[in-house]
Amino acid sequence: MLLFGKTFVKNPCLFAALKKNLFSLRNNPSHRFINLSQKTIIEPHMEDIIIIGGGAVGAFIARNLSRYDCDVLVIEKENDVGDATSMANSAIVHSGYDPVPGTKKARFNVEGNRMFPLLSEELDVEFEPCGSLTLATEESQLPMLEELYKRGQENGVPVEILTPEQVLALEPNVTKDVKGALRCPTAGIINPFTLVAHAFENAIDNGVKLHLGEEVKDIHNLGDRFEVITSKGAYQAKMVINAAGVASEQIAKMIEDVPWSIHARKGEYFVLDHFAPNFVNHVLFPLPSEKGKGVLVTHTTSGNYLVGPSSEWVDDKDDTSTDSPTLEAVRASALTMVPNIPFRQQIRTFAGLRSTPSTHDFIIEPSKAAPNFINVAGIESPGLVSSPAIGKYVAEELVAPKLGLKEKANYNPRVRKYVCVHKLSQEGKERLVAENPHFGEMICNCEKISLGEIEDVLSRSLPALTIKAIKKRTRAGFGKCQGGFCQPKVLFLLAKKLGVSPMEVLYDREGSEILDKESK
Amino acid sequence: METRELVIIGGGSAGMAAAISAYDQGIRDILILERGPFLGGILNQCIHNGFGLTYFKEELTGPEFLTRFVNETKKRGIEYKLNCNVTSLSRDKVVSYISQEGAKQIQAKAIIMATGCYERNAGAIGIPGERPAGVITAGQAQLYLNEYGYLVGKKVFILGSGDIGLIMARRMTLEGAKVLGVAEIMPYSNGLNRNIQQCLIDFDIPLYLSHTVSKIIGKGKLEAIEISKVDEKMRPIPGTERRFECDTLMLSIGLIPNNDLLDNIGVSVSSTRGSKVNEHMETEIPGVFSCGNVLHVHDLVDYVVEEGKVAGLGAAKYLQGQLPTHENVLYTKAGEGIGYVVPSCIDLANAEDKVQLKFRVRKPRKDVYVEYRLGDKVLRRMLKPAIIPSEMEIISLDKKLLEGEGELTVSLVEKEAK
Repeated sequence: MLLFGKTFVKNPCLFAALKKNLFSLRNNPSHRFINLSQKTIIEPHMEDIIIIGGGAVGAFIARNLSRYDCDVLVIEKENDVGDATSMANSAIVHSGYDPVPGTKKARFNVEGNRMFPLLSEELDVEFEPCGSLTLATEESQLPMLEELYKRGQENGVPVEILTPEQVLALEPNVTKDVKGALRCPTAGIINPFTLVAHAFENAIDNGVKLHLGEEVKDIHNLGDRFEVITSKGAYQAKMVINAAGVASEQIAKMIEDVPWSIHARKGEYFVLDHFAPNFVNHVLFPLPSEKGKGVLVTHTTSGNYLVGPSSEWVDDKDDTSTDSPTLEAVRASALTMVPNIPFRQQIRTFAGLRSTPSTHDFIIEPSKAAPNFINVAGIESPGLVSSPAIGKYVAEELVAPKLGLKEKANYNPRVRKYVCVHKLSQEGKERLVAENPHFGEMICNCEKISLGEIEDVLSRSLPALTIKAIKKRTRAGFGKCQGGFCQPKVLFLLAKKLGVSPMEVLYDREGSEILDKESK
Repeated sequence: METRELVIIGGGSAGMAAAISAYDQGIRDILILERGPFLGGILNQCIHNGFGLTYFKEELTGPEFLTRFVNETKKRGIEYKLNCNVTSLSRDKVVSYISQEGAKQIQAKAIIMATGCYERNAGAIGIPGERPAGVITAGQAQLYLNEYGYLVGKKVFILGSGDIGLIMARRMTLEGAKVLGVAEIMPYSNGLNRNIQQCLIDFDIPLYLSHTVSKIIGKGKLEAIEISKVDEKMRPIPGTERRFECDTLMLSIGLIPNNDLLDNIGVSVSSTRGSKVNEHMETEIPGVFSCGNVLHVHDLVDYVVEEGKVAGLGAAKYLQGQLPTHENVLYTKAGEGIGYVVPSCIDLANAEDKVQLKFRVRKPRKDVYVEYRLGDKVLRRMLKPAIIPSEMEIISLDKKLLEGEGELTVSLVEKEAK
């Protein structure tokens, strides 16, 4: 395991690279760095597989491939993994009652759902199989509930229809006008940030390489291999997997003119503080429509509440802005299901983009022009829950047989256990702090995140290079003060770890420094 | 489990004032738990002057003001622990806290909450647009500048005319940044008049009243903002947008009591978002008190320490058995034109001869009467030539006046209607 900070100190060429393109990670010592007029060029190194995209799909393909004896490189354009669609979604482990039977969505959703109990344990990710209720609030919707019930059964998902009395007994805050609900006990909620991060950590622990802050610019099909040109260098690989989310159409077209397209569909949300436990206990959905699953109300694994998303087509595949009329409509829609949502507990609004495919189903197939180039595109909802099953399928069925990969004897499916101080018993806290006093020093007061927890994240094989990365891994800065008190502490810890000036520490993307200059 | 007579949570100005006053009433077994590395709380980063004019009758900086209280605390030998984070309270007054020294619990006989407040931020109001770096609360910018020595930007726009924003407008200007303007959604400013003069007018910084930030632009780092005029319902009016290129949007849009510890155990909350208290600053849990900005946000630290002293006195009386069970409780009510009244109730059996009420008006008014009514009976009416929300009003009423039926209502009455 090579730590980022150590790499930095030992490698003066990397320092130049960092100055120019802060925070790119190279943890493959076989690469040779050549510093030419401030540009870092890397001599092509032959990989077995290059994965483009460090989201949930890329994470689980990488993790599944790390079970085999092969060289895998993941290239992500953002400065952290899971920094786009995988970070800004409803964080639901859907049961799978909703996709049309026979589709890839139905298959991978149901398969993925079944993987979560073990997966969440291996990767130490917060997961609650809390179940979902899809609510009918008008008599006219009851036939549709029946329809969904049948669809659920066809997909092999446990479902039952509840009476209004049963619904209100389970969820007293739901509207008294409720006419019935479809209950899916196998639905759940997951921490989407650590799901992706820990999957990558596990993949890296098992030998996968990850390059952050590096954008793929072009791909050349050389017949027996591919050359991938990025913003920082060139690489060669026997196989390339396109898991580039909203950019996957653009990446696919570097190889051939594909017959499908990917459009960005924006979803805007409210996040509420953890003002009370059990305000809602299930994921509450309205009945789905053409535009998707509609505005849901759910608790999150951190005890917050999430209300959203909207559904709007956007041209700019980087447009995650929010706007008042849309959020107002989200609010109004949610209030029809749960009339007393305390919106004054709002601590954040955000938006994410879905990669919606023109085919209406996930695209998981080799390119026609180049069979060793695999597109994994259009992974919109239920993408998060499907990603572990997609990763398994791509690795086992599409890659391993083609490259004749052999399973490793020493593959370890587990990440090192994470510590969460505030979830421990009093005795547990006492023991932990006695062992390592840093777990007793609170950095984030709102979410009760200790110095020890942040240091732990900074010591892992998966780098946390930005303030937002630390926020996503630990929740420091996620609370009601939104980092007002803890951000400076995190910033200075990060500067020390990375060996850079506090003024070079990034919030997220390149150019997102928090500090401008020293005071007079 | 360790036991203590009085545990004070928060070693800022309210907590220290409460400790000093409890000590002076004869309580000796006191422990202050402070989460920061120093006593003094937020005053440590308020290096500007203007503190103490009411309390000490002289003008001090934040650190000078707090030092006087630290000295008084130390002189009395009052015990305090720094870098301690209180993680939870229970209704039977067990205080759980954690520090590098360990995770510990204390059984207290009385508790005073003095945990201050936090800043309302971009997430809480959901400013439309992107969420880039460069959108920062004024207090956070102040922390970076005054405690760590770094400036957050060169071209700054400020949303909200709260005092911290105004102070930071001046501070950033003196540090060489360009402050392009301040937008205030209300038709009047929300800071103290002296700060408007000394921090904006003196530095030619424009104040845009009835304006708000209607869009944040910038992917990684803030590039620009758009402000719009607002209508009477405070919604941006299309067509009135104005764009400002800037790298920093500083927010000074209000403070919120940091009342989690009491909220988490279900203590009744008032409209200030602090707990409901009686005239001794005692919450609905006997022996648990709350004071300072965790109770309601003050404009002057001078009033915070006065309130801390009231809570300290209350806790001492409670510990000495002088606050018998609550009988004859009179409830207060914010009437016409009034935002809130503290305390929420007055325990007539225990109250001192003079009872103090604190309140704020909802919007600026001129030539109005402040009327104090018990049920239908008008107790007192005072003419105010001018009254504004940013300045808290304090009044003392004779306890004798308060015997009778009904609620004690504070309201504004038009001059003509008299």
